[in-house]
Amino acid sequence: MIGRNIHLLSIYSALTQFGGPLSVRLGLLAILNQGPCYGYQLRREFDRRTGSAWPMNIGQVYTTLDRLVRDRYASRMESDGDGQVTYAITDQGRSEVDTWLSSPVVREGASRDELVMKLAIAVTLPGVDIARVIQAQRTATLQLLQSLTRVKNSTTDPTSADELAWLLTIDAMIFAAEGEVRWLDHSEARLVRAVAEGGVEPLPLSGSKVRRGRPVKAAANE
Amino acid sequence: MKFGDGATSVPALVDIDLNVSEGEMVAIMGASGSGKSTLLTVAGGLLPPSSGSVWVDGKNLRECAPRQLSAIRRRTLGFIFQDFNLVPSLNTLENVALPLELDGVRLRKATRIAMEALALVELSEYAGRYPSELSGGQQQRVAIARAVVGGRSLILADEPTGALDSSTSEIVLGMLRDRVDSGASCIIVTHDARHAAWADRIVFIRDGRIVDQARSESPSVLLTRSRPESTP
Repeated sequence: MIGRNIHLLSIYSALTQFGGPLSVRLGLLAILNQGPCYGYQLRREFDRRTGSAWPMNIGQVYTTLDRLVRDRYASRMESDGDGQVTYAITDQGRSEVDTWLSSPVVREGASRDELVMKLAIAVTLPGVDIARVIQAQRTATLQLLQSLTRVKNSTTDPTSADELAWLLTIDAMIFAAEGEVRWLDHSEARLVRAVAEGGVEPLPLSGSKVRRGRPVKAAANE
Repeated sequence: MKFGDGATSVPALVDIDLNVSEGEMVAIMGASGSGKSTLLTVAGGLLPPSSGSVWVDGKNLRECAPRQLSAIRRRTLGFIFQDFNLVPSLNTLENVALPLELDGVRLRKATRIAMEALALVELSEYAGRYPSELSGGQQQRVAIARAVVGGRSLILADEPTGALDSSTSEIVLGMLRDRVDSGASCIIVTHDARHAAWADRIVFIRDGRIVDQARSESPSVLLTRSRPESTP
């Protein structure tokens, strides 16, 4: 029985590209495909089915629902006696869900991963101890990996679909963290090799004039 | 710790200061040749350090006579290897009882204690099987039983999951973890960060030096809210 749940959005989004706006939108639509829901109900269902790994505020849910209605994937139904507005999926929405579930997720080649960007820039700067940057990150990622492993180990085998969903999510986080550690190890070895082969000189600012700089006037007005 | 003589000697471990407490699992990670396995060998008293000392269970191994050292290895330490290292001509029970018998424990008593250790790794019903009749995961569980048999308290594991698939590895790690949670100490050498994460502490070694240590935080740091209620 999984007795606990976790809020890991911030660390997880740093490690993976999952949970972007598109998958949230399609995830909500796939739930709506099970039957009409009102906003709070949809949020609760989404949390339940994703182990609360990507908690949403109700505003995001309604914004997403508005877009789904705009794009004709969902329709707004009459409000009930309590004034709750219920949403239902359309045929077009159903077909969109089918396409989503049967297609692979295509990730963008170059994600805006803060860590990758940080290391890429850091190796071009003078006076930065890259080995230390890598080490500090590896310690932090290993700690996350340990914590995730403990959380996973404190649960027993899943007995329901939402527990299974939760474990799949934790596993994904564990593998993502492991991947990051392996990438950091690899980067460290690459760095050692590069230094041994004659060093890597930091990049000075390029001397050539940039043609399309910011207009002097605009900069002066700040 | 140095390997070789005189001008050709190579430092294998440098300034290592590592304490492992009861009930603690420490994972050693590092690239090939970084000194991980050497550290395990020194900790197990199989190689004396060229300087410094190794203390196991309150005893300085450097000051122990060879006979005492063997006794410590037999009674306190348990080794686990990547390729299991079970004796192929002995059945599971005999493999687990072997260290006790070498220590002079009578056969009947050794058998009883070995059965208790096999129960810990949930292999009681495999007592009569030979290593060739067991899967890799089962053989490694036998190796765990052999490592802890008779109350041995320091487990030294060198890539214990190296020859196992992902889910079998987790079963083996879970059993090692159980032994540690019951009071044993464990040093585990591994390449795999996912497996190292089962430890309470991860020590990174590079060129024979400890360069980094990660301690696990309490899971409560991550457990910031209770599980949402199920939708009726």
